[in-house]
Amino acid sequence: MGIANIIFIVLLLAAIVLFTKNILKIKYNISLGGAYKGKGDFGTMARVALGQSKMTRRPIAGFLHILVYAGFVIINIEMLEIVIDGITGSHRVFSSLEGFYKFCIGAFEVLALLVLLACAIFIIRRAVLHIKRFGGPEMKKWPTQDAMIILITEIVLMTAFLMMNAADSKLMIMGAEHYKDVAMAKSDFWISQFLVDVLPSNESTLMGIERGMWWIHIIGVLAFLNYLPYSKHFHIILAFPNTYFTRQGAKGKFSNMESVTNEVKLMMDPNADPFAAPAADPDAVPQRFGAKDVTDLSWKNIMDAYTCTECGRCTDSCPANITGKKLSPRKIMMDIRDRAEELGAAKRKNGKDFEDGKSLLDYISEEEIWACTSCNACVQECPVNNSPLEPIIELRRYLVMEESKVPTELTGMLTNIENNQAPWQFSPADRLNWKDEA
Amino acid sequence: MSNALVVPTMAEMMAKGETPEILFWVGCAGSFDDRAKKITKAVVKILNHCNVKFAVLGTEESCTGDPAKRAGNEFTFQMQAMMNIQVLDGYEVKKIVTACPHCFNTLKNEYPELGGNYEVVHHTQLIESLFKEGKLAVKGGGDFKGKKITFHDPCYLGRANDVYEAPREILAKLDSELVEMKRCRSKGLCCGAGGAQMFKEAEKGNKEINIERTEEALETKPNFIATGCPFCNTMMTDGIKNFEKENEIKVLDIAEMIATAADL
Repeated sequence: MGIANIIFIVLLLAAIVLFTKNILKIKYNISLGGAYKGKGDFGTMARVALGQSKMTRRPIAGFLHILVYAGFVIINIEMLEIVIDGITGSHRVFSSLEGFYKFCIGAFEVLALLVLLACAIFIIRRAVLHIKRFGGPEMKKWPTQDAMIILITEIVLMTAFLMMNAADSKLMIMGAEHYKDVAMAKSDFWISQFLVDVLPSNESTLMGIERGMWWIHIIGVLAFLNYLPYSKHFHIILAFPNTYFTRQGAKGKFSNMESVTNEVKLMMDPNADPFAAPAADPDAVPQRFGAKDVTDLSWKNIMDAYTCTECGRCTDSCPANITGKKLSPRKIMMDIRDRAEELGAAKRKNGKDFEDGKSLLDYISEEEIWACTSCNACVQECPVNNSPLEPIIELRRYLVMEESKVPTELTGMLTNIENNQAPWQFSPADRLNWKDEA
Repeated sequence: MSNALVVPTMAEMMAKGETPEILFWVGCAGSFDDRAKKITKAVVKILNHCNVKFAVLGTEESCTGDPAKRAGNEFTFQMQAMMNIQVLDGYEVKKIVTACPHCFNTLKNEYPELGGNYEVVHHTQLIESLFKEGKLAVKGGGDFKGKKITFHDPCYLGRANDVYEAPREILAKLDSELVEMKRCRSKGLCCGAGGAQMFKEAEKGNKEINIERTEEALETKPNFIATGCPFCNTMMTDGIKNFEKENEIKVLDIAEMIATAADL
């Protein structure tokens, strides 16, 4: 075991420790949310996350995304070999699998090229074509940079992978020490064979390139792993649990507030004695109606926010946003995530009972909350089954039931329902008048 | 035009010791809004024609609470819901049809957790089954033969409850040309009325949602815009008036189109 292997092992362990630490922070932030009643469903996860079923609602982006996704998942099998080689100092430890190994390497190379091309097109879509949904007020400097960092990193990783293979195969053919024990022909490298002639023929330079690319690739991967928790790219992990816990049933169904049900039942029970109903726990803090902060949402709402990859399909299909209103479902998700980050960090620093005096309403304005038509387009379009609608309704519930902040016209509508059992000021006695009208 | 409408109430039915097959939940728009009342009557004509044994609650009906719930007032919603459930259960109602997707969604999805369990269908679903059972037929499509019709998917029927085919199946009976808007079915654009927006001014923007949707409908160069929701109907009608096209393009509920085509 040489010094290089020791450096690799240290880097690998450091990367894993740091990643775990950041994952636990996110887990903490998600668990700031309250209970979620939904049950898990493997079928939904298989279809939506594994099967990418909602991606192709936008055919071009969907197709390119599937290439990158498939490339990412399949090329990562090769990571196992890279890690073993890095730890033990071996050279292509799985090459003893011969024919199957050669097929895999060839296929990985093809995928690497496709990923590279797809990422290049993605960059063009963002930087040259300026596709509308990648913009908007919430797409400030960081979200825009984040997307570019991800795409450029992936291009660098794939280039390093192909260059490494090219240098390696040239060294194998030249019979260089340590390389010659793997018997692979130039043609086994389906893509990188075309790079071989570009490379110099000097053995030590080639070794430098091969090692250099190997290190760039693996350090790049470990760095990227630790970039994930700070990035929208975290969706590659959370998409799976998030779709597993998808809300099931009709999208039109809004959650039932049980705390209200108990009150209403008490009001409607003629035998109930309003003074004789003791609280189950007299010291319990009364539950808040709706949501003022992320702690009033469910943990699923916060997981949604961390899964959001800011693709903007929700905002692009939102009737309010399309017609120039301030509401953007993507911003709702980003605000929930940013607020959870802020509150989570503060609580970790000052103890779990710490309150920072801020709330989600410092991020999301009433104007946004009231612009929603509850049409479910954002929910329908989200490729990872997020619901921006649910937190909007929870925020409305808080405004209406805790703060009595209702748009004036809606006050009239609500009063009419209470007094006349209809949203308009008509007498209930006139309900059947239509029958006899000409 | 044929006979006068026969609209029995649940109370009358019960007094006679009869039980209807289905309750027609008229809804607030269907009861009070002048435009929506015409849709209500069209539904009744179809039910009468097909000899469906139905009844309405009449003055005992009350708002489902949908706009209150969407506006965040769960108290008002649940008060309404529980009162309605008591009335419905008092009459032992099993099956409900409604011409409003908002009533449909609330009764179907939000009442069960409060103890109200009914089989709820949208009127387009009922009309489709009447066609299938052979109780209803249109000959040659009447006024609609050869005309271009575009269907606006109501959010609370389509995305909210995945009903996309029933309205299209019915429109296919009219011997007309069904032209889809660019955003249709699960991609359908809202008319702008949902989520209690019907009852308030829109937030500041650069356009009204119903204008955006009407523009899209106009691109299909339709003779008729078909709807399945009284609120969508209002929004699309306003949109058409905005473009001063009300003489060329009619906004009609599917029930009205069928009642007209079947000469009821």
